Amino acid sequence: MANASFQNVSKSFGAVTAVQDLELEIADGEFFVLLGPSGAGKTTTLRLMAGLETPDAGQVMIGGLDVTNLHPAARDVAFVFQQYSLYPHYTVFENLAFPLRSPLRRVSESEVKRRVLEVAELLRIDSKLQNKATKLSGGEMQRVAIGRALVRSPKLFLMDEPMSSLDAKLREDLRAELKRIQSKLGATMIYVTHDQVEATTLADRIGILENGVLRQASSPRTVYDDPDSLYVAQRLGTPPINVLPLEWCELQGVPKGAKHLAVRPEDVRVGATGTVGTVEVVENLGSQQQILVSNPLSEIRALVSVDSGLKRGQEVRLEIAADRRLFFGSGGERIRL
Amino acid sequence: MNQTTDPLQPSSRMRWLAGGLIYLYAFITLIPLVWIFVTATRTPNDAIAYPPKLVTAPSPTGFVNLFTTRTRLSNEDLAALPPPATWYDNLVRKQQMVIAGPSSFIGRYVNSLIIGFGSTLLSVVLGTLAAYGFSRFRVPGKSDLLFFILSTRMMPPIAVAIPIFLMYRAVGLSDTHLGMILLYTVVNLSLAVWLLKGFMDEIPREYEEAAMIDGYTRVQAFYKIVLPQAATGIASTAIFCLIFSWNEYAFASLLTSGNAQTAPPFIPTIIGEGGLDWPAMASGTALFLLPVLIFTVLLRNHLLRGITFGAIRK
Repeated sequence: MANASFQNVSKSFGAVTAVQDLELEIADGEFFVLLGPSGAGKTTTLRLMAGLETPDAGQVMIGGLDVTNLHPAARDVAFVFQQYSLYPHYTVFENLAFPLRSPLRRVSESEVKRRVLEVAELLRIDSKLQNKATKLSGGEMQRVAIGRALVRSPKLFLMDEPMSSLDAKLREDLRAELKRIQSKLGATMIYVTHDQVEATTLADRIGILENGVLRQASSPRTVYDDPDSLYVAQRLGTPPINVLPLEWCELQGVPKGAKHLAVRPEDVRVGATGTVGTVEVVENLGSQQQILVSNPLSEIRALVSVDSGLKRGQEVRLEIAADRRLFFGSGGERIRL
Repeated sequence: MNQTTDPLQPSSRMRWLAGGLIYLYAFITLIPLVWIFVTATRTPNDAIAYPPKLVTAPSPTGFVNLFTTRTRLSNEDLAALPPPATWYDNLVRKQQMVIAGPSSFIGRYVNSLIIGFGSTLLSVVLGTLAAYGFSRFRVPGKSDLLFFILSTRMMPPIAVAIPIFLMYRAVGLSDTHLGMILLYTVVNLSLAVWLLKGFMDEIPREYEEAAMIDGYTRVQAFYKIVLPQAATGIASTAIFCLIFSWNEYAFASLLTSGNAQTAPPFIPTIIGEGGLDWPAMASGTALFLLPVLIFTVLLRNHLLRGITFGAIRK
């Protein structure tokens, strides 16, 4: 296992800038998740680390070595693709053995067999070893793909939305499994996703990308509670954060330069004081209720307890805890108190 | 049985109609083939009998005439000969002739095999490499190059026959196996590149990228991962190339005469006594059909899947 870093890396495809001035250090054994919508540059970042793309500028380092101009085979990283992840003309065993049989590695056949069996047991695919890769379910295929990465203990694991094609139940199972394996091996992982649940559950740190620029890289807690920009604040949280005009709070509390007030739905409380509004929608989320309240200023979402007894059309007063208010400038930049 | 009709399935009447049309089409296309195989097993007299005979006794005369050259002898000379040693000697004797030697059919046939399979192999190898390059790399002027390659197919090949004839004479490629292999490869290559590029485009590049990350060079990834995936496309391309170079007549009759002459220009020159020897020609044609037939049957599954490849996969 090793640490990895991007130093001032830029990459564009024609007129499109995919990654811009990326500065990022990933520690040894860290689970780092890159989060962003499609087109934000997540996959390009991963491919730059793998050597499938060459940066226009800057350096890519793995384990303290400059690998910028190194062939993918020489970087000793493992990559799990979103789809087309298995070699279709091989069996599961041959797929898992393929990295070990590389001329670069010279692993004896008995050792290949031992390691393939070990990984297959770990991922519970040992009964499928003689199956053709195409004769597997989606979950089994992705497990084999992850197995192909695990089988050779690389310096770095790179995963490009490995679970996006799986159904919800399977994704949850595999997510837990992946996290367990990663902490057991102490593996360094860069994991790309657009799924915020995946990001917050798996990550030691989340990096949020917007149009090829890394906006913030910190722990899930920090990204959620203390975002550097409105864009970052909007990436996490279901229901999404409320973005409100400043009139929602007392003017003496507003910092200079602020243009927007943002507040998470769980920080909005129905109380005896505060701004008046009418309940428009009451949605039952199971353990909580989500209400949508409107007044002449805007609409706002709040989470209340299931026994709140609120009805559509009812007038309520909403309070926002003073320490939970997030202020942003006209460009979406965070304005701290 | 429950009489429910699936609106997406054709009705049984439409099925019968479609089946009938297919059989009719197959019947029409098979008539010349049936004529060839029937004529090959007739005597020369039965073959040109008028009114035509529908059923005749099978005779190996056509095949014997195809493989031999014969001389007519007078009755006295024939009587002076020792009795015929083999059944085909006997057959020829009955026509008051003796076998003078083997014909050049086998040599021409071997030429066809060398040139046909040689140029197919070369077209497919070069086509696969070019198609992979066009499919995977940023080639400057890629679309212009591809159009240029295709444009060699936009005129009838015979339009360039005279310049090629002069060039070949100048460089000594006339009537050589190498010359014909190169010529057919040039003609086939545009088809091979375009067909194979389609197949290569269908193979997700993630496979090779995964292989490269797994510790293989691009060349190793190409033959371990890409080639097996492209097998279907390569097989169907090979069939198309072989059918063209095997059947090609115009260039072969212009550029070859003795040494490298292929079977197509040779077969029509089989002259019998007092006219064309139809049974010999027909048996030559029947034998000529066999290699392509065998090759196509062997690769049949690939061919079907190859042609419908893009339609099914996406």
